[in-house]
Amino acid sequence: MTMDVDTRRAGLRRWGGLALAAGAWFVLYRLNQPFWDWLIYDVFGLSPESAAGSALHFFGYDVVKIGLLLVGIIFAVTVLRSFMSIERTRALLGGRREGVGNVMAAGLGVITPFCSCSAVPAFIGFVAAGVPIGVTMSFLIASPLVNEIAIGLLLGMFGIGPTLLYVAAGLTIAIVAGWILGRFHAERWVEPFVFETRLRGQVIDSTTGLTWGDRIAMGRDEVVTILRKIWPYLLVGIGVGAIIHGWVPTDFFTTYASASNPLGVIVAVGLGVPLYSNAAGVMPLVQSLYGAGLPMGTLLAFMMSVVALSLPEMILLRRVLKPQLIGAFIAVVATGIVIVGYSFNLLLA
Amino acid sequence: MKIKILGPGCANCQRLEERTKEAVEALGLDVNLEKVTDAAEIASYGIMRTPGLVIDDMVVVAGRVPSTREISDLLKS
Repeated sequence: MTMDVDTRRAGLRRWGGLALAAGAWFVLYRLNQPFWDWLIYDVFGLSPESAAGSALHFFGYDVVKIGLLLVGIIFAVTVLRSFMSIERTRALLGGRREGVGNVMAAGLGVITPFCSCSAVPAFIGFVAAGVPIGVTMSFLIASPLVNEIAIGLLLGMFGIGPTLLYVAAGLTIAIVAGWILGRFHAERWVEPFVFETRLRGQVIDSTTGLTWGDRIAMGRDEVVTILRKIWPYLLVGIGVGAIIHGWVPTDFFTTYASASNPLGVIVAVGLGVPLYSNAAGVMPLVQSLYGAGLPMGTLLAFMMSVVALSLPEMILLRRVLKPQLIGAFIAVVATGIVIVGYSFNLLLA
Repeated sequence: MKIKILGPGCANCQRLEERTKEAVEALGLDVNLEKVTDAAEIASYGIMRTPGLVIDDMVVVAGRVPSTREISDLLKS
């Protein structure tokens, strides 16, 4: 009996705490705009038309807004994802033929909890279970490119239109790139030890036996982990936006990087490769540059390049992939992103 | 007792290591803690998502960071 009361009390505290946090979130989100209006325009007495006034207001408002969006989205996504596991994904993909397999792998890449630091164990685990290389690559491309945190942020910052375009484009790139790499008979470019790896022991599904308490704790941990990792990107991205907002003439970027500039997208993709961040880290910068008049296609190409083509991940993957396959991977994905960038610029113009 | 932390050194792996050390210290256990960072060796344990916690050659947790309390429960059993 006492046990029963205890668990019920713990449950009440948990759901009560969650409801309270959600309420506080909504209040803060609502108060954000009026608070910065009051602080910058009334207390500091700066004019909304002045450079310093508009820049400071932009910075404060956006830091809070994006911070709140991130906290809410990361928490919700992590709790939802705790119902899905990479072991289940592998079971769904095992024995799947190319084509259908690529489509499924890209879709599963979106909803499976995954971090690029696990790319190599996941690759070996998939291949050892008989998932074709091309299908595995579709999964590995889609996972960072189209993740729910990116989708949530895009939705919160740009609305439904660009979000749907982004998801469709990201999935298409993952499906087609994986399929093409499969056509290359990429097996010969995989380090041979991968095929000899014998998995010892029992496979542990990382999500079995989780209680709601565990899932909520995972969500909270993930919010802390991601924010701790990306806060410098966040401040720099929003800071750039604030400076543009206040001091850079509005026609500066449109002169140098308009949709009609034939090299714009290629330069954006090239700039994205050495930069390494997840979608959450790069989004504030994308929003700032969008506000400055850069075309959406160029910006989405930049973002895709940052998240999907990163040097550190290539170095990790070198452990299992030969240089030829890494080269082919970069070439195919970069081409896809460039095509997406130009098509969006045409479509949205 | 032999404990292995499987993980290439990402934030989650470091947190798992911290919490494991806390649990070990609280229980006053004498353990041999080893970090496995090589991706191929990690994969050979059959896990596809880091971090992983291995106690006496048995994978007990994979793909998430358990609480310190859960780790001590695992260590006790």
